[in-house]
Amino acid sequence: MAKRIDVADLDIYYGSFKAVENVTLAVEPRSVTAFIGPSGCGKSSVLRTLNRLHEVIPGAYITGKVLLDGEDIYSADVDPVNVRRTIGMVFQRPNPFPTMTIRENVTAGLTLDGARRSKAELEQVVEKSLRGANLWDEVKDRLDRPGAGLSGGQQQRLCIARAIAVEPQVLLMDEPCSALDPISTLAIEDLIEQLKLNFTIVIVTHNMQQAARVSETTAFFNLPAIGQPGRLVEIAPTEQIFSNPGEQATEDYISGRFG
Amino acid sequence: MATVGSGKFERSTSLLQDALAGRRLPRWGVGAVGLTSLLAAYLLNVLTVVDGVAGTFLVAVLLFVIGQTGWSFTVEGRRHAVDRLATTTVYAAFLIAVTPLVAVLGTVLVKGFPVFSAQFFTTSMRNVSPRSEGGGLYHALIGTLEQVGLAALIGVPIGVLAAVYLVEYAPEAKSRRLSSAISFFVDVMTGVPSVVIGLFIYTAFILTLGLPRSGFAASLALAILMLPVIVRTTEEMLRLVPRDLRESSLALGIPRWKTILKVVLPTALGGIITGAMLSIARVAGETAPLLLTTFLSQSINSNPFKGPQAALPTFIWDQFTSGTDASRARAWGGALTLIVLIMILYAGAKVIARLTGAKKS
Amino acid sequence: MSSTRELPATPAPTASSGIKGKSVRRGDTVFRGLSRIAGIAILLTMSLIALFLVWRSIPSFTVNTANFFTTSEWFPDQTPPVFGIAALAFGTLMTSIIAMILAVPVGIGVALFISHYAHRRMSAILAFSTDLLAAVPSIIFGMWGLEFLTPHMQGLGQWLNDYLGFIPIFRNDLGQYSKSIFIAGVVLAIMILPTISALSREVFTQVPRGNIEASLALGATRWEMVRQAIFPFAKPGMISAAMLGLGRALGETIAVALILSASNSINWHFTEPGGNTFAANIALRWNEAGSTGLSALIASGLVLFIITLVVNVVARGIISRHAEFRGGN
Ligand SMILES: Nc1ncnc2c1ncn2[C@@H]1O[C@H](COP(=O)(O)OP(=O)(O)OP(=O)(O)O)[C@@H](O)[C@H]1O
Ligand SMILES: [Mg+2]
Repeated sequence: MAKRIDVADLDIYYGSFKAVENVTLAVEPRSVTAFIGPSGCGKSSVLRTLNRLHEVIPGAYITGKVLLDGEDIYSADVDPVNVRRTIGMVFQRPNPFPTMTIRENVTAGLTLDGARRSKAELEQVVEKSLRGANLWDEVKDRLDRPGAGLSGGQQQRLCIARAIAVEPQVLLMDEPCSALDPISTLAIEDLIEQLKLNFTIVIVTHNMQQAARVSETTAFFNLPAIGQPGRLVEIAPTEQIFSNPGEQATEDYISGRFG
Repeated sequence: MATVGSGKFERSTSLLQDALAGRRLPRWGVGAVGLTSLLAAYLLNVLTVVDGVAGTFLVAVLLFVIGQTGWSFTVEGRRHAVDRLATTTVYAAFLIAVTPLVAVLGTVLVKGFPVFSAQFFTTSMRNVSPRSEGGGLYHALIGTLEQVGLAALIGVPIGVLAAVYLVEYAPEAKSRRLSSAISFFVDVMTGVPSVVIGLFIYTAFILTLGLPRSGFAASLALAILMLPVIVRTTEEMLRLVPRDLRESSLALGIPRWKTILKVVLPTALGGIITGAMLSIARVAGETAPLLLTTFLSQSINSNPFKGPQAALPTFIWDQFTSGTDASRARAWGGALTLIVLIMILYAGAKVIARLTGAKKS
Repeated sequence: MSSTRELPATPAPTASSGIKGKSVRRGDTVFRGLSRIAGIAILLTMSLIALFLVWRSIPSFTVNTANFFTTSEWFPDQTPPVFGIAALAFGTLMTSIIAMILAVPVGIGVALFISHYAHRRMSAILAFSTDLLAAVPSIIFGMWGLEFLTPHMQGLGQWLNDYLGFIPIFRNDLGQYSKSIFIAGVVLAIMILPTISALSREVFTQVPRGNIEASLALGATRWEMVRQAIFPFAKPGMISAAMLGLGRALGETIAVALILSASNSINWHFTEPGGNTFAANIALRWNEAGSTGLSALIASGLVLFIITLVVNVVARGIISRHAEFRGGN
């Protein structure tokens, strides 16, 4: 039951600093939406407002609306913990919990939420999630080894397994491949292809080819000038963005004529 | 000036190096000056101008400094002479510092070890007069272990929680007043003399609340002494935990407190335990607060909440100030025991730090 | 890739998306509250220390028939009570000054040796062993000072008297060289040495490599590099290291109590027996003190508390000003 996300008039602040302004966009369910744009234009910030992770930074807040299937995730009667459970996230650098084994990493979201689950149930989740992250065959014999002992690409897939183990509706990925070698990158891109059958995926990437390869929709963010808040320049089907962008800035950025 | 004569001093392998070398003292120069000054000092000693080992050595060092600096001054110039003088001084400072370390540990070992016996560790001082030999520190060992253990039980949770507040919760509080006040007080607390802490426990718990002097009162004093070290090391360790790790836990829908308890603290655990062990080692030898808060006791009392209780530092104090040969010997035995105990805590801290925390492949 | 791969089943559809709920969790509230209370407990403890010391020292102030600050004698349990801290302040100050004069240069030398003169493998071992020195309990230093150091200081004391006796502080009219302010100062110096060297070592190793290399690249000798690059950068750190060492020396109790015999007189002949300090006085007179005696000792503890507080706050002030000055990073 992947869900859609609608963002309306979103402004993002870090204390008194306005990092992003006036973002309105829609993320379709069971599709991959890519965020591209120059460094510092606010891609990560927008992504992190989608699961209310932005607000864990002291002083950070937003104005505007973020709707998950029409429900405002910032309304007062919404629990941010539940939001994050529904909208998972994968980070730029692979970061399995260093004190936990592979198995514990995968089940972390389930065992630490307080609900009791049987061992058999957890076993099932471990296998299902690791298979879902294309990692099962590589680690099935060493589930009780530390997660930090895997290669970078494997660690990142472990983080994806950890994120999908709690069965979210949406998966946010912030440059998930930027710390990985080309082969691991390919493995993750394959994985995204499969995951979009079940999840709504939003991915931030600096790699234009990657955006073109994996996404249906692309959103281009830009900084009008140094010190000004970032803005969403346009959001459109990926093919259109890369072949026939609506804005000059987009074309400049994509063709590399941009700093 | 570069090449002239330098070949005479340096065994240079190339002309270029020769040119760069300048006029330097030969490599054997330092050793030669050292040897010569030792010899000269020895001669002076034999000729009874100087006496005593320390005096002779001092003269040798003086001769060395004068000889080396003078030679360097004439050959290498003023700047190098000053540099050599500084190097000698720094080395000397180090030797001066190491000497007491070796002397203290040596003295404790030499004087303490002969006292060690099975009896020394299994009996108390009950019915043993200061003059007679025998007796032991079993009662003091029990007291120290209990008092320090209780202190850790009180001090570690408070210290760790306070550090959690400073690192995890304070940044998002509306005002930084409380956290900066805590931070400041922790700093100041580090410098409060232990005898003052002892006075505080005495005034607050014994004079005011009317509690009896007991091992527990001592534990309270020790806990206060441990607190600042634990807060600071825990704080440092928590700050080393990457922000990403907290965020990925939160992003999994794990509540904040579980994130701290199950992800952040375990990651920092090795360092936190090390800090706690070191702070325990530090307070285990504290004497002054114990003198003010527990009575000396010669018999075994394994209840820290009731009645006078001995401890290793007060045992040492009591035996040493009793002033007989037998009691002073026992004091040194106690001192060696205390140092061994502290070393065990130090070693334990290292081992635990290695075993816990982040799992390596 | 095959499309038959098993995927996590999506959860059963629910009426709402399940994101609603109370956003304040009990666990969060409790844990946050507990950690806040722990922090406040520290504030409270420090305030209570000051409060209780003041409160419990008042009785002695009210009955004292002598000037608390200018009197040397310590007879609080006499009728009428006569006591003051002049001799204690003198002894505390003098032992600490001697300790500083000896320990600061040596401690900085050791720190330099470990951070910039010794080989790297060696310096790790050395750093560890000076830290070990810091772990030796002070009572052991006191015993060592009394049994080992005192006989060895006899010669030095005599020498100072013979050749520098025209200076009062080196003069010794008694021919006895034990239990002196001088020996106490030397023992204190050894005790604060690890503190000073550890803290200075820390700042020395923080000197940016760039500064050091820039200096060496200009052709400086190692000592010139130390003076140009290391000392200016590390100066505030060195000062506060010395101050923290001073704080330790001022408050040291048991080692001094073992070495000095509690005689409350002001004697400028430092190598002669005698002298007393705030902390040692408390430990030595504690068990024989009556109720006014205890109150008087608490009063002297209060003075010591205030002195060490000032020294530490100044030291921290220097560190934090320095940190601000260095700005970013
Ligand atoms: N924790 C923070 N505190 C204050 N400002 C921040 C913080 N994080 C980001 N910013 C600011 O917000 C703006 C947007 O940052 P953001 O990380 O969202 O950009 P980005 O597009 O993800 O950049 P990159 O491609 O380099 O990851 C930047 O100006 C940045 O300096
Ligand atoms: Mg980013």
